[in-house]
Amino acid sequence: MQKSVIEIKHLSKSYGTNLILRDVSLSIYPGEFLTLLGPSGCGKTTLLRLIAGFEQTCSGDIYIHGTCVNQLPPQQRDVHTVFQSYALFPHLSVFENVAFALRCKKTPKDEIKARVQEALERVQLAAFGNRLPKQLSGGQQQRVAIARAIINRPKVLLLDESLSALDYRLRKTMQYELKQLQKSLNITFVLVTHDQEEALSMSDRIAVFNHGHIEQIGTPREVYENPSNLYVAKFIGEANIFDVEVEALEDDELCVTVESRPLRCKNTGNHTLGEHLHLVIRPEDIRVWQLDEVTSSDEMIPGTIVDIIYKGSTVDLTVALPTGKIINASEFFDEDDDDLAYTVDEVVWVQWYTGWEVLLPYEN
Amino acid sequence: MKTKNLTLYAIYTWLFLFGFIPLCLVFVASFLSRDATHLMTLPFTLAHYKALFSPLLGHVMLRSLMMALITTLACLVIAYPFSYFMARSQHKSLLLLFIIIPFWTSSLVRTYALVAILKFNGILNTLLINMHLITTPLPLLYSNFAVLSGLTYTLFPFMVLPLFSNMEHFDFKLFEAAEDLGANRLTLFFRVFLPNTKRGIVSGSLLVFLPAMTLFYIPNVLGGARSILIGNLIQNQFLVEENWPAGAATSIFLTVLLLLLLLMYRKPRGVKS
Repeated sequence: MQKSVIEIKHLSKSYGTNLILRDVSLSIYPGEFLTLLGPSGCGKTTLLRLIAGFEQTCSGDIYIHGTCVNQLPPQQRDVHTVFQSYALFPHLSVFENVAFALRCKKTPKDEIKARVQEALERVQLAAFGNRLPKQLSGGQQQRVAIARAIINRPKVLLLDESLSALDYRLRKTMQYELKQLQKSLNITFVLVTHDQEEALSMSDRIAVFNHGHIEQIGTPREVYENPSNLYVAKFIGEANIFDVEVEALEDDELCVTVESRPLRCKNTGNHTLGEHLHLVIRPEDIRVWQLDEVTSSDEMIPGTIVDIIYKGSTVDLTVALPTGKIINASEFFDEDDDDLAYTVDEVVWVQWYTGWEVLLPYEN
Repeated sequence: MKTKNLTLYAIYTWLFLFGFIPLCLVFVASFLSRDATHLMTLPFTLAHYKALFSPLLGHVMLRSLMMALITTLACLVIAYPFSYFMARSQHKSLLLLFIIIPFWTSSLVRTYALVAILKFNGILNTLLINMHLITTPLPLLYSNFAVLSGLTYTLFPFMVLPLFSNMEHFDFKLFEAAEDLGANRLTLFFRVFLPNTKRGIVSGSLLVFLPAMTLFYIPNVLGGARSILIGNLIQNQFLVEENWPAGAATSIFLTVLLLLLLLMYRKPRGVKS
């Protein structure tokens, strides 16, 4: 078992009667990029603030490098935060902003100069030391905030929705730069975000939050391909969900009925006869066949195209099934189908390959 | 856009008619000679300005400056923490209302209320005696203390309002950012809060310092006969001596002095940017 840099044990936090976090346990490992993902109000930012020391725990413990920090003020915790609004000191130059932590420690002047310059070079702002924060663009301010937070070489860098204020293209660039920075510094990054795409593309692991507790922790691939419950499946990516019942078991497969059509699924979770399940299938895993492309309609469901959205690399289809249920399907232009010339109201066959679906325990 | 321009023109017209032109009139008057029947008359003279450099006026000027300075400091010391708590309070508008309510009463009336509090057998002395803190009443009224109290009390809102509006825009997240980077409470105050509220301090100080020099009725009511400040002198020259040109000259002198102070405030800012 790897030694963790931050260990959170049975942490709870409430404001009055409002429970923000309940019994959260989490290990964060050295050098990893962990994302706390969830909708606003799910407690992810509160957890970050608790780690930083801006909030007091109600119960449970936080350990940083094996030391319980519950009683330590932010000044004495070896973690630094990059704030959502950057919180740069408006009256100080970029240089002085970055130097702030060193000045607090009364570091010698020469060393400050060298280290600030190095940090600014790292974030490609070496020439901007004399500017005031308000003279910089949003992306540059973001970089200053990062430089300021890494100057002390903290064990852990906490990033609170740090990229959400930037426009799409800049956000993509910053995501890449942050990832590069994290690799080169070998510091643990803990990023809070509500953007699942950001979480998937940047993280080593994702902790999916919902109403103050963690629904699932895993690699981006794990949480996307094997969500542990309906919430995670719905929150990360698009999901079509069917309620099914196990009607027969055959070897490693099970039989269900979807829209009055018999289907086979992989029995990955030791499901038993008669068990109620949710069948989750991602839009990109669905194939939509036009009538003349199909010779045998076994394991296929009939549907009618309701809407077509051309997205460049994909065509997103909205398909109505016989019971009126609406599903989403993304079709890629590839050698199978380079045309994708669907029309609204066209009758089609919907299909996916056995094993591409995810079966989840039934929830009310 | 159009209406905005129109409003601006209206303001400029107002300032021109009721600010600039009267000032010009005062300026011209200060060079005229005194006349018993027509208040002032030709020929032009520099005599009133020469008279300004008498030791008596120098003394009054110095005293006024001192009183204004102490008043400004007193206001700042009280208003700074006051504004801080106001800016962080949940009930900002209510507190703001409490600051503004006294404006609804004439400040002259409020100054007489201070007399009732400070006088020999007034509220404060009675209270102190009943609390057995003193045995004989203190001579509080007609002293520098009374004048300073009056000035501080009257001008306090003028310090609070700019400070409050400055602190209200202060991003208190900066405290967290500074703490996160290892700042202790002193650093928090001196390197983060104070520099960011400097502008509020300066404008509040100007708003208090300038009127503190000239509010003649407060020393009149609270300071008694001996307490002459520059404002009283001007009032005297106009109403008692009926020497309007001399009063105008003193006014212009004061205006120039205050203008210099304003310039001193603007200069360093201009240099920085």
